[in-house]
Amino acid sequence: MNLVASALEGNRLSLARLLTQIENGTPDGRLALDALYRHTGGAHLIGVTGAPGTGKSSLVNQLARLYRNPPDGSSSRRVGVVAVDPSSPFTGGAILGDRVRMRDLAGDPGVFIRSMASRGTLGGLAATTASLALALDAAGFEIILIETVGAGQAEVDIARLAHTTLVVEAPGLGDEIQAIKAGILEIADILVVNKADRPGVENTERALRGMLLLAHPAQRPGEFHHAQSYAHAEAQSTSPDASIWLPPILRTVATEGTGVVELFQEIARHRVYLAESGEWQRRERLRLQSELDMLLQALLVSRWRQTVSAEAYQDVVDRLLQRDISPWQAVEALLDGHK
Amino acid sequence: MSERKIRVLVAKPGLDGHDRGAKVVARALRDAGMEVVYTGLRFTPEMVAEAALQEDVDVVGLSILSGAHMALMPRVLELLKANGQEHVKVFVGGIIPDEDVPRLMEMGVVGVYGPGTLTDDIVRDIRRAVTGAAVS
Repeated sequence: MNLVASALEGNRLSLARLLTQIENGTPDGRLALDALYRHTGGAHLIGVTGAPGTGKSSLVNQLARLYRNPPDGSSSRRVGVVAVDPSSPFTGGAILGDRVRMRDLAGDPGVFIRSMASRGTLGGLAATTASLALALDAAGFEIILIETVGAGQAEVDIARLAHTTLVVEAPGLGDEIQAIKAGILEIADILVVNKADRPGVENTERALRGMLLLAHPAQRPGEFHHAQSYAHAEAQSTSPDASIWLPPILRTVATEGTGVVELFQEIARHRVYLAESGEWQRRERLRLQSELDMLLQALLVSRWRQTVSAEAYQDVVDRLLQRDISPWQAVEALLDGHK
Repeated sequence: MSERKIRVLVAKPGLDGHDRGAKVVARALRDAGMEVVYTGLRFTPEMVAEAALQEDVDVVGLSILSGAHMALMPRVLELLKANGQEHVKVFVGGIIPDEDVPRLMEMGVVGVYGPGTLTDDIVRDIRRAVTGAAVS
C-alpha cells in the first residue's frame, strides 16, 4: 500500500507503477483502486474520439498546453492524459504512437501522459482505461484527457466515461449519410472539424450541422440508447428546456493551434452547463451504475464458471454442435443444471 | 485479465532524422507481442527518461545514427537511475563503431545492434533481459 500513499503525495514513479498494476489487473492493483477511490471525483474527464488520422493527439497536445497556461487567466490545471491505441488481434502487441504528437508537453511536471493498448477490448477504450483515469484523478490531476483508439461508428464507450466528449472529424471523410448514421456523432458534446485549412471543410461542417438539426432537440442531450444498463436510469428531473445542450461545431487546425482557444472555451462552457443543469451528477450516476453492472456481470460469470465442470460445459457445446439444443436452451441447461 | 506485457519505449535521441530503423524495430517488437511506446524523432535524453518513467516501461530502445551515442547514452542511463528506474534495460541500435561497444556495455547498456541485425535476435535478447537471464 506504500505505492498508493506515495502516488497520492505526488511521486510520479509510484504513480506510473501503480498504473501498470491496475492495467495488468494484479491483486495489488485491485487493492490500490479501493484505496484510491475515495480520493476521486474532482477531475473533469474529457474524451477525445474520432476516426484515425483526424488529429486527436494533436488536439490533446494543444488542449493540455492551454490547461497548463489558461488563456482566460484562470489558474494552471494539472493535466493527465490517457491515450489508447489498438492491440494487434494476432500477436497482442501494439504500437502506442500518441506521444509523437505530444512532445510540446515534455518536461512539464504538471503533465502526466500514459499510453495504453486496447488489449482486445472493443468500444474504443481498454478495459482498464476508466481505472487509470480514476488513479490520475486521485493523484490530483484536475483535467484528464482521454484519447480513444481511432474510432469508427460504434466505439462509443468514451461517452459513458467522460463528462465532456469531443468528436473530431476532418474534411473529406464522409458524406451526409455518414453524418446521420447512429453512433459516434450522437455522443458528441462538442464537434470539432480539425484540419479546417483543408478543402471541403464547408461540406463537412454543413453535414454535421444538418445532422444536429435532425437530432435536437427531439433527442435529450447526453442520453444514448445502446446499453442495457441504462434501463434503470431514472427519469430526468430537471426541466428539459433548461438542460438542452446543443453541441457546438468548431473548426480547428491543431498543428497550428488555430481555433483551440475557442475549443477550450466551449469545454469550459460545457462544464458550467453540466453543473447548472444537474447533468454532471446524472452522468456520474449513470457511469458508476454501468461500471457496477459490468463488474457485477464479470464477477457473476467467473463465480458461476467455477461451479460448472469443464466436461459438463463441453457436453453442452457438443449438443449445440449437433443441433440437439438451441443456444438459448443451452444457457438454461447450464444455469438450471438440468440437461 | 491479468497478463504481463513487455513494455518498450522506442525513441530517437539526437539530431539525425532517420527513423526507418527505429520503426522497423518497433514493428518487429509489436509483432512479437510487446507494447511499444514510439516517440518519434529528436528526443533529448531528458525527454526519453521522462517518457520511460510515465510509461513505466521495462525496456528502452534507442536509435542513434548521428555518432553522438557516447554523449547521449551515459546521460540517458544517468537520468533513468536518478528517476529510480535503474531496473530498466537499455538497448541501442544504429551506427555504433565496434570499439565503442565494450564501453557502452560497461556503462550498463544491455545490447548494441548495428546494421544487418536480425530483428528476431533483438526480440530474443529483450525477452531474456526482461525475464532476468543474461544476454550473451
